[in-house]
Amino acid sequence: MSTAVALRESYDLAVIGAGPAGLAAAAKAARLGVDTVLLDEQSSPGGQIYRAITETPLRDRSILGADYWRGADLTASIGDSGAQYVANATVWSVSRECEIGVSIGNVARIIRARRVILATGAMERPFPIPGWTLPGVMTAGAAQILLKSSGLVARNRVVLAGTGPLLWLIAAQYLRAGAEIAALLDTTPRENWRAALPHLPAFLTSSYFRKGLGLLRAVRTRASVIRNVHSLRAIGDDRVREVAYRTRDGAEQRMPVDHLFLHQGVVPNLNLANSIGCGHSWSETQLCFVPIADEWGESTVEGIAISGDGAGIGGAEAAAQRGFLAGLDAACRLGRIDHTRRDREAAANRQALQRAERGRAFLDLLYGPRMSDRIPEGATLACRCEEVTAQQISDTVAIGCTGPNQMKSFLRCGMGPCQGRLCGLTVTELISRARGVSPGEVDYYRLRPPIKPITLEELAGLPKTDAAVKAVVRG
Amino acid sequence: MASTDVLVIGGGLHGSSAALHLARRGARVTVIEKDYVGRHASGVNAGGVRRLGRHPAEIPLSVASLELWYRIADLVDDDCGFEHHGQVKVAESEAELEILRRRVEQVRAMGFSHEELVDREELRRLIPAIAEHCTGAIVSRADGAANPYRTTMAFKRKAESLGVRFEEGRRVTTLVRAGKQWRLETEPGGAWEAPVVVNCAGAWADRIAAQLGEPVPLEAWAPMLMISARMPHFLEPVVGATGRPLSFKQFANGTVLIGGGHKGRAQRDQNWTDLDFGGLAISARTVWELFPVMRSAQIVRCWAGIEGRMPDEIPVIGPSSTSEGVFHSFAFAGHGFQLGPIVGSITAELVTTGKTNVPIEPFRIDRFLRTAT
Repeated sequence: MSTAVALRESYDLAVIGAGPAGLAAAAKAARLGVDTVLLDEQSSPGGQIYRAITETPLRDRSILGADYWRGADLTASIGDSGAQYVANATVWSVSRECEIGVSIGNVARIIRARRVILATGAMERPFPIPGWTLPGVMTAGAAQILLKSSGLVARNRVVLAGTGPLLWLIAAQYLRAGAEIAALLDTTPRENWRAALPHLPAFLTSSYFRKGLGLLRAVRTRASVIRNVHSLRAIGDDRVREVAYRTRDGAEQRMPVDHLFLHQGVVPNLNLANSIGCGHSWSETQLCFVPIADEWGESTVEGIAISGDGAGIGGAEAAAQRGFLAGLDAACRLGRIDHTRRDREAAANRQALQRAERGRAFLDLLYGPRMSDRIPEGATLACRCEEVTAQQISDTVAIGCTGPNQMKSFLRCGMGPCQGRLCGLTVTELISRARGVSPGEVDYYRLRPPIKPITLEELAGLPKTDAAVKAVVRG
Repeated sequence: MASTDVLVIGGGLHGSSAALHLARRGARVTVIEKDYVGRHASGVNAGGVRRLGRHPAEIPLSVASLELWYRIADLVDDDCGFEHHGQVKVAESEAELEILRRRVEQVRAMGFSHEELVDREELRRLIPAIAEHCTGAIVSRADGAANPYRTTMAFKRKAESLGVRFEEGRRVTTLVRAGKQWRLETEPGGAWEAPVVVNCAGAWADRIAAQLGEPVPLEAWAPMLMISARMPHFLEPVVGATGRPLSFKQFANGTVLIGGGHKGRAQRDQNWTDLDFGGLAISARTVWELFPVMRSAQIVRCWAGIEGRMPDEIPVIGPSSTSEGVFHSFAFAGHGFQLGPIVGSITAELVTTGKTNVPIEPFRIDRFLRTAT
């Protein structure tokens, strides 16, 4: 059990997040002699992809699949690397001077590092259909967390809806765990094929193809798959009772449901990077913001690097390779290895990265969610914390509100407990459509720390700094 | 080049208020704002509408401003979220209560009666959640709070309805005299001229003043605030402390705002503030001790605005000491929100009539030059 007390005042390198990228970066840097701490919010390493890999109750390896268990090597590699791995450590702030606010077991600390690598991974793209906040509706990712960490599957009528490789993976894992899936409603837009087609050859020769085909077959033989679905609605009173949808130009159909799992892809989790002020730009292919970073992951803020899916969605294998690259670069910048050695060692990782990214463009284009699934209308909630509707946001644009930060002041969207972590993309795209300008021009919420809530008691327990004592001024 | 009567530099509350009052007096006004209206301190401050505990020089302005706050909807067609549940400054010891007693006497001697000493019992009645050890307080019952961004936007919209133009996203690069006109250029490119310029550029106002040959010892400063997740309702007035900095209020939606004079690091060229969690921890400890109900509160966001501050922590208001047709209104040092309505009015009066009856001598821009020589 790690405690805040076990943390030292300072390290050469702090890596935040123990998914594939963070594990690879920390292990690589530590092996090259860098004094490294790896801070992770979960109770065991692995991130989302390899969540609970050291402690999952699912001992039947076929349920979660071989790719999942590949994470075991990566998690094992941190053990003898020399890096200090700290579990249950919630990082709630990183400053431009690389001061890190972290809480472990309700005790907060500020520690310092000379460099920081953010490996905060991906998060699910919002899927704001009418009724998405009803009990019984959750993201497919949340359902997968329950499966991985507790072996829990929902009983009764389960429907999965959405698009993207992860949706199919979760469906397959669910079926292997013995659950029934009443239907998979596939919202992949038909018209995406045209844009994706030129990238098909690369995809056919990638590892994604074989795995993907297997997943599709496995799910289709055991669940009813309905294609070309759009106009999804979750219907219910105190909880979801039915899911309504249309296919092509057909009439609305309804299906009884007890659990509706929604998913339409993942996007970089930029919350921490954004709160530090790292620059980002809009990606038209991935339909999300991605941080601006060089080939090693170095962000626009000196001393802060971003690695893995947090730097742009590439999947677990690409994340690990980018983690190795960030670890090498950190070792170089901290003087442990010279540029020649860094570049020499990086060559193999770059090759592996290229292999891992093969076929990605096809997936991005094929599974890009349609605009009507990303941008809600009317009374559908955009921000669930403050119950702000799509219509309110469009109306507020009409009276002169131009961006998400002003929108916070007008409507309080993004100001509730989640602080915009869930609604950020939805609000940006709503404003973008209403103004008729690109999401890049609208930009994103300016997020402020703590990026995860901390209690007043934790904050009050922080040691006093000299600067803080001197900074007392008249209020 | 566009020509107008008055150019206001800075689209914060003070710039918007000056523009509104000038337009009411018939002037054609353009406001030049480098970001967007309400982007900095005006939009993100604690929203205190406070006469309580003001610097003696500010009391007459603050008292006059509160009268405008009570009629704010008449002025800007919006109530600005103004509510008046009072402001309370608590004493935590007998010694602090004695300090407060002397303060009330000082204010009364100046002819003002809004500050009132209350005992332990009345303090408990006003704030049942206050910690046991508090010994009393001073209260200004008619004070309150408002929504800062909404207020700034209301001033902007009303000014626009009276013909004021707001040029947002334009940073002033040059300000030069050309005959009887001031000529102002911006980045991205734009040029205006007017016989009068009002400098409401907040934390950036010293740069405008420097172009006029009157340097000021302004410090860019970043007072920090934090806010909690929703809590059950437990507090009506805004609360401050005597022996340590604090500003504490609960909104109608249950969230609790904690300020308290601790500052982050302002980087005004990047529009960026770095927070100092050591300072926020001191504020958290103060709240922990004064409001036991808050100990389990979740802090969801911390931030800081960028604000200008002079060494004596009172603003600069009034005509330029070097340049004809230039007027200043800046450096409100974290307590300018309540003064917004009146100072805009004073500035408009100065511009259009050349004088005001409000005592603004203490706010002269050259006050530090004079003491230095």
